[in-house]
Amino acid sequence: MSSTVAHQIMWNRLIAIVEEQALTLVRTSFSTSVREAGDLSAGVFDAHGRLMAQAVTGTPGHVNTMAAAVGHFINDIGPDRMYPGDVYITNDPWKGTGHLHDITVTTPVFAGARLIGFFASTSHVVDVGGRGYGPDGRELYEEGIRIPIMKWATQGRLNDDLVNILRNNVRESDQVVGDIHGLAACNETGRRRLLEMLDEFDLHDLDELADFIFERTHQAVMGALADVPRGTYRNTMDVDGYDEPVHLEVAVTVSDHGMHADFEGTSGVSPYGINVPIVYAQAYFTYGMIVALAPELPNNHASLAPFTVSAPPGVILNAVEPDPVSVRHVIGHFVTDLCLGALAEALPGKVPAEGAGALWNFQASARAVDPINEPRPPVEVLMFNSGGSGARPSLDGLTATAFPSGVRTMSAEATEQVGPIVIWRKEIREGSAGAGAQRGGLGQVIEIGATDGYYFEFSAMFDRVEHPARGRHGGGDGAPGRVSLDDGTPFRSKGKQPIPPDRRLVLELPGGGGFGDPADRDAAAHAHDEQMGYLG
Amino acid sequence: MASGGLRIGADVGGTFTDVVVERPNAQDANAGTEYLSTEYLSTKVLTTHEAPERGILAGIEALSTEHDIDLADLEQVIHGTTLATNALIERRGARTALVTTQGFRDVIETRTEGRFEQYDIDIVLPTPLIARCDRFVVPERINARGEELLPFDEAAARQVVDQLVEGGYESVAVGFLHSYRNATNERRFRDIVAAVASDMTVSISAEVSPQMREFERFNTVAANAYVQPLMASYLRRLEAGLRDLGANCPLYLIHSGGGLISVDTAAAFPVRLVESGPAGGAIFAAHLAARHGLDHILSYDMGGTTAKIALIEDHVPQTAKTFEVARTTRFKKGSGMPISIPVIEMIEIGAGGGSIASVDNLGQIRIGPHSAGSEPGPAAYALGGQRATVTDANVKLGRLHPDTFGATSITLDPGLAEEALVRDIGVALGFDARTSAIGVAEMVDENMTNAARVHAVENGKDLADYTMVAFGGGAPLHAARLMDKLGIRELLVPVGAGVGSAIGFLLAPFSYEAVRSFYTSTDDFAVDEAVALLNELADEATTFVRQGTDADLVVERQVSMRYRGQGWEIPVTVPGGPFDLVAADALVTEFTKTYERYFGRAIEGLAVEAVSWAVRVASAAGVPGAVERAPFGDPVIADADRTAHDTATGRDMPTAVVERDILNPGDTVAGPAVIVESQTTTVLSSHHLAVVDGDRSLRIRRQENT
Repeated sequence: MSSTVAHQIMWNRLIAIVEEQALTLVRTSFSTSVREAGDLSAGVFDAHGRLMAQAVTGTPGHVNTMAAAVGHFINDIGPDRMYPGDVYITNDPWKGTGHLHDITVTTPVFAGARLIGFFASTSHVVDVGGRGYGPDGRELYEEGIRIPIMKWATQGRLNDDLVNILRNNVRESDQVVGDIHGLAACNETGRRRLLEMLDEFDLHDLDELADFIFERTHQAVMGALADVPRGTYRNTMDVDGYDEPVHLEVAVTVSDHGMHADFEGTSGVSPYGINVPIVYAQAYFTYGMIVALAPELPNNHASLAPFTVSAPPGVILNAVEPDPVSVRHVIGHFVTDLCLGALAEALPGKVPAEGAGALWNFQASARAVDPINEPRPPVEVLMFNSGGSGARPSLDGLTATAFPSGVRTMSAEATEQVGPIVIWRKEIREGSAGAGAQRGGLGQVIEIGATDGYYFEFSAMFDRVEHPARGRHGGGDGAPGRVSLDDGTPFRSKGKQPIPPDRRLVLELPGGGGFGDPADRDAAAHAHDEQMGYLG
Repeated sequence: MASGGLRIGADVGGTFTDVVVERPNAQDANAGTEYLSTEYLSTKVLTTHEAPERGILAGIEALSTEHDIDLADLEQVIHGTTLATNALIERRGARTALVTTQGFRDVIETRTEGRFEQYDIDIVLPTPLIARCDRFVVPERINARGEELLPFDEAAARQVVDQLVEGGYESVAVGFLHSYRNATNERRFRDIVAAVASDMTVSISAEVSPQMREFERFNTVAANAYVQPLMASYLRRLEAGLRDLGANCPLYLIHSGGGLISVDTAAAFPVRLVESGPAGGAIFAAHLAARHGLDHILSYDMGGTTAKIALIEDHVPQTAKTFEVARTTRFKKGSGMPISIPVIEMIEIGAGGGSIASVDNLGQIRIGPHSAGSEPGPAAYALGGQRATVTDANVKLGRLHPDTFGATSITLDPGLAEEALVRDIGVALGFDARTSAIGVAEMVDENMTNAARVHAVENGKDLADYTMVAFGGGAPLHAARLMDKLGIRELLVPVGAGVGSAIGFLLAPFSYEAVRSFYTSTDDFAVDEAVALLNELADEATTFVRQGTDADLVVERQVSMRYRGQGWEIPVTVPGGPFDLVAADALVTEFTKTYERYFGRAIEGLAVEAVSWAVRVASAAGVPGAVERAPFGDPVIADADRTAHDTATGRDMPTAVVERDILNPGDTVAGPAVIVESQTTTVLSSHHLAVVDGDRSLRIRRQENT
């Protein structure tokens, strides 16, 4: 077999191995966001900590955060202190994937006595202690336990002290520890498969293969970049934020070396946990650029290297310790539309209108209406919901579909099976799409009530109520979101509020922006929208 | 199954209709086993898409003339078809309405709210099977425990029925929330339709697919209603056509779960016929496993467009409760429509003989998912195909040859294969035709290997203990290489591999699997309700099976379980005997063991939930006689008169060409060799040996494993 063919086969094999690693994690995970949203990642690295292959999962947020993480592990532990049978761990937001809930586990791979690479995986766990998942912590310390880069196992021996500390600091400790074992186990599967592959192809290390992958990828990504006119492109976007509107600003510079996003001019950090470590902003920037330029490119060190970011410390996209960062995705998800928007003119035919962006997750605590006479155990309920995505240059936006996140929703029947909740309505929100030659995706309407002697305390965290998704090239804005009770009482879109026991919460999710002049819309497409009742 | 009479299996596929006649074979004095005492006469005719029964009838007539068969002697005709699948893919169904609970009109349109392709900004989501303007709602609501939250609005329902009549709908699907727990309102709606418009067919989700998760259930009932008029009329025409030929025997259908059902059941629940052809292939492999006493089989079926891989444990194919049909984008998970019915679990990828090879902008060789099919076909077919395919690579590498290619109507042209390979692969990568062909063949083998590995992982299995069974026209060409790549020790290529699915139909039991969602947990196990449910499911399944057979029945019960907080369930078998608290405890113990097998480590301290319950009732299968497994011996001498690429050494080598027909049980063939027969070719590398077993299966191993 020619070495080129052998290298191609092995590259494919590496991708299959990390997909296998990720699948195992999804199956065993206790966290809804891992299972339904694919909030996890898995990858294989060379001895220098360079990402060679990564599983395609539901969250762009891990695209290059995990790629950088393994470098931190090598740095902090030191290659000379790494041994066969070791397993390393951290949930440091700045060295991992942006908040404490993501635990990253890294396993070194030795061929004989020689360190030849790493497997790493990240998973969102159910709990990390502190205040629980939400934006209410004012400093990182309130958001949960922080595990610095350290050893989960040393030469095959589990670090019992760490397990003990964790067990005493998190809720649902069985599930959390179970998930960490799951991370270590999927790395181990990867390690064994990799060694089998090296055996099959009679190789002793990954160096040559890594060079092949990086060289091929580098050529492809540079080829894609060559088509983008050099220059600096700017965009701004205002979104609702938590307690006050957030101004986002970017200048994307396209050079011969790559693309750089500078977020100077963006609002300062919030007192609430919606702040974003810059690795996470970089992930959503990189994701947007790869989607537009080279969607078929597998993620690795060389595909990610040309995309860099900067921002003054202390702006909301470059939070620093100990800023609270628990729900960094709320603002982070807008980075993709922000950066794509900057390139709308430079990348004709590739940049959609703005969409709903942030998810409308329903996150509520069900409590007994009458705790004295009719006590009920507290129950936490979580649902993921998406508004409409922005119209594409040649296609309508996607109705009730997440972008840039890859989140899926949960079945209403399954949700009602596990919580004291009735979903009375979950359907397309008519008339919510931004008009255009291509219209935006429609939002949806959701009506939810408590049942069985419960009421809800609920944490609203909804954006695009004050700032709708903007159309592009003459396309109309999508409908803004709206939050109310079923009797018409308006409700705040942010913050913790009770829903009275006999009332239902009504969520009207934002629609996506339109693309192009609505007058240019194809007559048949318009008639179809009318027939389907999309126009309201 | 063989009772001495004649039976027919008919498999209607996308390109060919295979008809197999099974008859007792008195001539073979050596016939020591049931399988060998039976003779299979087969023919392939082109599928007649506009009226598929014509192809079947033509095939039967041809076989009866050729072999002097009196069709009045037929005892059964067993049929599997892709007609329902194709109607869903091509959207050629009835004018159908979907009626749902008020507030849930768009469930089949908003789907999962996710994107099946993360990096494609121009992704197109599948269009719902039933458009929004054809979806109607009725105020009513049942909760998760099956209790009424909002009464069924009879007046509103009547208005909807009036609209359905006015709208000229032929078929109606009814899907209400939580109807798997309480079907009263779905039935009331059906009664109203029946009273007003008796010619409108109604499918209700509580009968078609009583499983939790509204997207999957609504979509399944919609699919059933959509294909129902078409399938019912087709089945009646086929019955009439058989009678006209003088075959007055009963007709049975093979369902996606790999069992037989009556025509009436098939006409009422045609969605159960989706993927019935591949199910036949899995049964074919399972029967072989039983004959050879193999407990772990990897079944590998490769045709012109796709490859299908299934796992068979203890001679029984694995089943699942949901699958996806009509994938719109490169067989990508999530790009099709979910169908929640019991199905033989398999993984299908775009890797067939006709799969087109190309080079992407990373300089990587890509295979499929597009197939050149039979028109225009691979370049080597000289039928106008210009693109390089897997078949072209096999021609270039000497595995397929004009002199020994099975399909007599096609004359292979190696020159055209070579040109296409250089044009599509070689130019971009600087390869000659041979290196291009090696790259294409290796890449398709690697793709299938990876699919098999992922499938094994998804099922918590380690392939090292498996034996591979290869059938379908393409599989024997690639199987020995796959065996090497997967680290599997042994490969079987059975007799009749080319029409394996149709033979599988004739080996299938009568069976029906009834499934229902019911949620309980080890905190407070609802034993009484579980007992009632298991009995109900057993009764339901038995009723269906009794429509076809009076034979003894086997009952299997299965529960899908998980730790509280997880979202993915593991199937656990319910022990025999009455179900009580002790049995519930045993179930949890079994779950823990199974979990450990899947994921290496059980989790302490967590409650275990039971989510879905299934009872499968089947006619007891006769145990096939054991096949004499021949020892590997001295290879027969064969002239090495062809040069072919050898994957073991990476070199072109003189390769023996052996006619399969002249081999006798006990004969051994040494690689490098190609073993040729009318429907396929088996390829051995230089480190492989093949021996012919008692049932004339080829059994292949690496030399060091013999």
